Amino acid sequence: MGASRAVRRYSYQAKRAMFESLSDKFRKILKDVRGQGTLTESNVQAILKEVRLALLEADVNFTIVKDFVAAVKEKAMGKEVLESLSPGQQFTKIVYDELASLLGGEDAGLDLKGRPSVVMLVGLQGSGKTTTTAKLALHLKKKGRNPYIVPADLFRLAAVLQLKKLASDIRVDCFDSEPYSSPADICREAFRVAGLKGYDILLVDTAGRLHIDDALMTELRSMREILSPSEVLFVADSMTGQDAVNTAKGFNESIGITGVILTKFDGDARGGAALSMRVSTGRPIKFIGTGEKADALEVFHPSRLAGRILDMGDVLTLIEKAQATFDEKQAKELEKKIKRDEFTLEDFKEQLQQIKKLGSLDSILSMVPGFDAIRKSKDISVDEKELVRIEAIINSMTRGERQNPSVLNASRRQRIARGSGTRVQEVNKLMNQYADMRKMMKKLKKAGPMGLKGLFSRMS
Amino acid sequence: MNESKGKEDRMFKKLKAGFEGLKAGLARTHNAIMGGVEAAFTGKSREDILESLEESLILSDVGVTASTEIVDKLREVLAGRDEEKLRQHLRDSVYEMLKKVERPLEITSSPFVIMVLGVNGVGKTTTIGKLASRLSSEGRSVVLAAGDTFRAAAIEQLEGWGKRTGCPVIRQAQGGDPGAVVFDAMKAATARRADVVLLDTAGRLHTKANLMEELKKVQRVAGRELPGAPHENLLVLDASTGQNALSQARLFNEAVGVTGIALTKLDGTAKGGIIIAIARELGIPVRFVGVGEKVEDLKEFDAREFAEALI
Ligand SMILES: Nc1nc2c(ncn2[C@@H]2O[C@H](COP(=O)(O)OP(=O)(O)OP(=O)(O)O)[C@@H](O)[C@H]2O)c(=O)[nH]1
Ligand SMILES: Nc1nc2c(ncn2[C@@H]2O[C@H](COP(=O)(O)OP(=O)(O)OP(=O)(O)O)[C@@H](O)[C@H]2O)c(=O)[nH]1
Ligand SMILES: [Mg+2]
Ligand SMILES: [Mg+2]
Repeated sequence: MGASRAVRRYSYQAKRAMFESLSDKFRKILKDVRGQGTLTESNVQAILKEVRLALLEADVNFTIVKDFVAAVKEKAMGKEVLESLSPGQQFTKIVYDELASLLGGEDAGLDLKGRPSVVMLVGLQGSGKTTTTAKLALHLKKKGRNPYIVPADLFRLAAVLQLKKLASDIRVDCFDSEPYSSPADICREAFRVAGLKGYDILLVDTAGRLHIDDALMTELRSMREILSPSEVLFVADSMTGQDAVNTAKGFNESIGITGVILTKFDGDARGGAALSMRVSTGRPIKFIGTGEKADALEVFHPSRLAGRILDMGDVLTLIEKAQATFDEKQAKELEKKIKRDEFTLEDFKEQLQQIKKLGSLDSILSMVPGFDAIRKSKDISVDEKELVRIEAIINSMTRGERQNPSVLNASRRQRIARGSGTRVQEVNKLMNQYADMRKMMKKLKKAGPMGLKGLFSRMS
Repeated sequence: MNESKGKEDRMFKKLKAGFEGLKAGLARTHNAIMGGVEAAFTGKSREDILESLEESLILSDVGVTASTEIVDKLREVLAGRDEEKLRQHLRDSVYEMLKKVERPLEITSSPFVIMVLGVNGVGKTTTIGKLASRLSSEGRSVVLAAGDTFRAAAIEQLEGWGKRTGCPVIRQAQGGDPGAVVFDAMKAATARRADVVLLDTAGRLHTKANLMEELKKVQRVAGRELPGAPHENLLVLDASTGQNALSQARLFNEAVGVTGIALTKLDGTAKGGIIIAIARELGIPVRFVGVGEKVEDLKEFDAREFAEALI
């Protein structure tokens, strides 16, 4: 291969593994505060520095970071340290809550008044408008609506064909834009046809443009006048940097947007641009795009994004979910068993079932702080089937074996493997895991009275 | 753990923290006084100026770490509080950093295969169209290969560029194997004695292992059919991308080795400062910048011009 290939390679993974999660840093800074009563100027200052850094690294706009840090400082100073939370946890909660509240409420939904109602998709070049048009159409169709797709990008090569193909893939009707020579003509005609044919929502894809392109912004305004849309959605790339403020503001000021859709969230961008856009336009973020396929559209959850921006996982949601799922009584029961060293495989199975109630393994793990970083550095892929296999193995044991796994000799293990459709190695692996778990529980027991809360407090 | 030793440790830490706090407090007072004195003369202290320079770097997506380092260096080497002087010095140092990666693309063999890669929507296909026009106007015969068999109408988009620039397009059906397209393209290029092959690839996020594997395979097929190919792996980055562009550059580089960068969409308000962090860490040559959607909107990267526009 050519000499030019001798570009210095870089071990990204090593670097990534060095990153600490923000909540780890908080915990370190604050580990001496417990029992002091209040957070003090100096430790708050150190933490705020970390917050600032995390937000800037996540691409939140510089000016917005400044305001944010000032707001958090005000909230944190002199605050009493709650008994129930460690100072690290408490600070995490303050930062996190502030961020989530700035990011806006849950589920802003679509405003679909008018008949037919019109949704316009606008944004910079390549942000994902055309793909998102198809995604929205599918989303609405699944809800029982009758959407009509309108391609109005006559500028980019094959843009109309692109949308036509996407529309036919999801079996949604698409206006034939090809005979027309201007977006305004397309809008007028498509609106008329939609009325005649009884479509209830028009989804209008527009050409990508820069907010500083006066001619093209004027074109958008005239489309807007013709269509009177109930939604003008700004489709933006979640990898956008500091400029997010300028573009979102630019579009909002010149045509008035009603909401934002962030695309390409399936990568490793921290997505701080979301905060920039939300704060600088005051408009809600409505959906996020999480893939190239038509069904990769999700309703936006501020708390999840807050965790992602701070790179600390969705800690609070995880804690809340865990609390809601494990009821107090069960937790007490479990605690007792752990104390008496009676935690059996039967209990283990029950726990697995509880975990399953929390959601997919992948979604649980991604809520754990720092896990995303670990996953990336170690290239872990979470195998949902593993849980199923574990359950099958335990199910294939006799009651006696579950109560007292020490009787599991080689031939019994063979039998279990056959019965559960797994391999002996997998049975052995599970037994090792179980042994490790018991060891860990013994340690926890020594560390003092620990409920589930104790387990989770290690995370934040 | 030993009880009393733990206590001692905590005491010591508290004392140390107190001392650090005092030191920081004194430094702040000192700075405030000195800054005040300076500000009384000009309205802007040296620290104010340095801070605002750092701010403008961060706002250009240079990144906090790099911005801080660059300004700290400036703080060290240049005294005074002449704002224009400080600013010019900063530009110069940015220029110095970027000069090393200002290395234009050289077509050194024939057929010379350029594989164009990057995340979704950054401008790969458009950059190919612009490059095709540039290279043919230099008298080279160019073949385009429609290696994006995934995205709807990606092939037709490239064919549109083929028509515009008068370059033949090697294609297969949508949904086909990109490796097969590359195979055909290598054969066609050899048969036609083409000078350059521009190979389009589907947009892919750098974190998707399976898609990166696919890219490696495309690269292998090219190399098998034509030893040494692809001769250039041109990574396309969108200037409006923030810190994530660094992650893109790292992972694409790890997967297939990136030999050149094209930075698109510089005609907007984004500055593309992340290219500095990429240059510092990876040293990958920056070949082109995109400044619009039309065929002529591709320029060779000019480090001086870039530095001037940045701050
Ligand atoms: N991974 C991923 N890719 C996406 C997502 N949304 C869109 N894309 C991809 O991004 C690229 C650009 O998407 P388009 O829908 O063509 O973007 P656009 O805004 O219509 O582009 P222009 O019309 O050229 O301005 C395509 O490769 C899409 O497949 C997403 O949520 N995740
Ligand atoms: N303003 C501006 N727009 C550009 C530039 N380069 C490309 N574009 C636009 O960006 C959008 C996406 O360009 P494409 O060439 O389709 O991007 P791509 O990387 O091939 O996209 P996928 O194949 O979907 O991943 C199109 O609307 C282009 O016209 C540029 O330098 N400036
Ligand atoms: Mg489009
Ligand atoms: Mg393309």
